Order: sequence, then structure tokens, then C-alpha cells
Amino acid sequence: MYEEEFGKIDEELQKLYLQTNAKVVFLVDKNGQLIASAGETHDIDTTSLASLTAGNIAATGGIARLLGEKEFTILFHEGEKDNIHISLIGQRIILVVIFDSRSSLGLVRLRVKKVSEALTKIFTDITAKSDREKSEGKIDESPFAEISDEDIDNLFR
Amino acid sequence: MSFINYSSREINCKIVYYGPGLCGKTTNLQYVYKKTNPDQKGKLISLATETERTLFFDFLPLALGDIKGFKVRFHLYTVPGQVFYAASRKLILKGVDGVVFVADSQIERMEANIESLDDLRINLAEQGYDLDKLPYTVQYNKRDLPNVAPVDNMNKLLNPRNIPFFEAVAVTGPGVFETLKNVAKQVLVELKKHY
Ligand SMILES: Nc1nc2c(ncn2[C@@H]2O[C@H](COP(=O)(O)OP(=O)(O)O)[C@@H](O)[C@H]2O)c(=O)[nH]1
Ligand SMILES: [Mg+2]
Repeated sequence: MYEEEFGKIDEELQKLYLQTNAKVVFLVDKNGQLIASAGETHDIDTTSLASLTAGNIAATGGIARLLGEKEFTILFHEGEKDNIHISLIGQRIILVVIFDSRSSLGLVRLRVKKVSEALTKIFTDITAKSDREKSEGKIDESPFAEISDEDIDNLFR
Repeated sequence: MSFINYSSREINCKIVYYGPGLCGKTTNLQYVYKKTNPDQKGKLISLATETERTLFFDFLPLALGDIKGFKVRFHLYTVPGQVFYAASRKLILKGVDGVVFVADSQIERMEANIESLDDLRINLAEQGYDLDKLPYTVQYNKRDLPNVAPVDNMNKLLNPRNIPFFEAVAVTGPGVFETLKNVAKQVLVELKKHY
């Protein structure tokens, strides 16, 4: 992903984190990979959380299709202390907000809606940019073009 | 699709262990988990029923090391094998980078192996993947049991293209890391081609 757009995504997450008084805010792609996060991430296993969140969205999506719905775009789980608000952005990215009594569902809903619009625009820009570069035949500068067999072998020492 | 995060300088790849119920997919992950350093692995998450059968998936994130300053992480998933979990199996294949097909070597499980392999092909095709073009490794598991089919026979039935295959005993370990390394290597080579 492009550094510039990534910076914008980070900014939006940071803003959401502060405005909602949440504990953690993070973005996951539908395959369960963490894209970005903001907040108190150090005592949370974000990798596992990302995978399970994506599994949750995938399962709920399966249920939706069985019922003839396209997708359920918002999931909310309420715990004794912490709550988790999961929403689907532009049908491809998952936004997760974990919050406790310092915040409220109403506030989270409101702010998530706002930031969703901004994030949708950023992701649309990214897609457009990458399509443009592809059509211009411009190849992404990637560190992986030059992986050697030795690099790969070294991983498995 | 592998996900490269330029900001945190990470690359994440998704590997799915597929195969009939009770062939040893979960056992493969458990062995990998047991044998890796604590700083390399995340939690092994098993969404299982009370009788330990995989209900949705098992998940194990592994950080193997760095390539060109990027942290390389493999996300290992297993699918539930039982026929009635077809819908869950499809979901787990989304965004897959590499597949391990774990076959149960016991003669009486050949039918189930073939059925599961067909199911894999179909489910991949539904997501727009072609098994013949994906990084893919075959494992013949439970070689310790007395009633196993000869490897030649298994190759004929399950591996007509003669891709890399490994004999394994997932409960005690032989073949487990060989399988993982082989598929991981293929994933990285693929990455090199496409990025
Ligand atoms: N003898 C033997 N048993 C195995 C081997 N691998 C797995 N098992 C056993 O087979 C059963 C099913 O394994 P599991 O990993 O849960 O299968 P899964 O349904 O594919 O996830 C368990 O009782 C395992 O201990 C093996 O290599 N040899
Ligand atoms: Mg299992």
C-alpha cells in the first residue's frame, strides 16, 4: 500500500480513537490481515483479533446470504466491561472499535459513520491510483522482486 | 492475496491446511506450535466443539524472520473436515496464498481423501483460484499406522501432477516442518514474481 494513503488512514483512525474515547481502534481486511490500528494495542493480541474478526464477518456474511440479505454491515457485541463494534466499510475493509464505559454505543456509532465515509474515499483513491499505474505499465517498486533463494532459506534456519 | 504493509514493514501470507475430517490438520498446527520459539508465534486459536473437532478454524500466526527489512509472517489456518461444514470451508479459503492438502494414509480413508480434494478444487474455483496455479503441497499423514496405502498408490490417486509431497506422522513430528517449509517457500517465490 502507498505510504501517503497509509498516513491518511492512520490519521483517521487516530481521530476516531480520540473522538470516541475508545480503548482500541483497528482496521482489518476481509482475509484477516491487520492493516492499521490506534490506541492501547500493547495488551491486545491484535493478530488473533484480526483473524477472528474477519472470521466473524465472513460467517455473518454467510448467514446474510442464506437469508437473502447482501451483508450485515454492523456487528455489536456487549461484554461486562468491554464492548466491540464491528463495521464493514465499502464491502472490503473491517473497522473495529473496542470501548468501555468511558464511551458509549451512540457515540461510537456516530463517529464510525463519519470516519467510514472518509476511509471509503481513501480506499477508492488507492484503487484508482493502482489501476492508473497498472494501465500506465508502471510496476510497483517492491523489495520482493529481489528476494534470493538464500533469503528464503535463511527464514528456515 | 499476501498483504504487504509498508508502514509497519510486514508481509503476511495465508496458508490453509485442507483435508478430510480427522486426517491430522489440527495436529499439524499443534506440532508447529509446540516446536517454535515463543517469540516467533502468536496464540494457537482453535474454534472447536466440546469433542475437540474443529468447528470453524484453527489459526496460528508465525513470524519466521526478516527478508529485506520486512517481517515475514505466515498465518496458518485449518478447515473443519466434516462434510456438513462446507460453508465454513469456503470462507476460510478467501485470500489464500498457499494450500497444504493433508491426506489420511489409511487405506479405508482413500475415498474421503479423494472427495476432499475434489471439494478443495471446487471451493477454490468458486473464489476464482486454480489449484494448479497456487503454491500447493501434499502431505501423506499417519504413516505410523499399520494399514496405510503405499505412497505410489496415493500419488496416483491424489497427486497426478506429481507436485512436492511429504510423508508425515503429525503426532510425533516427522514431515510436519518439511511440509510447511515447502509450501512457505512456494508462497515466497510467487510473491517475488508478482510484486
Ligand atoms: N497415529 C496417528 N494419529 C494421528 C496422526 N496425526 C493425527 N492423528 C490423530 O488423528 C486424530 C484426528 O486429528 P486432528 O488433527 O484432530 O484431525 P483434523 O480433523 O484433520 O483436524 C487425533 O486423534 C490425532 O491424534 C498421525 O500421524 N498418526
Ligand atoms: Mg481439526
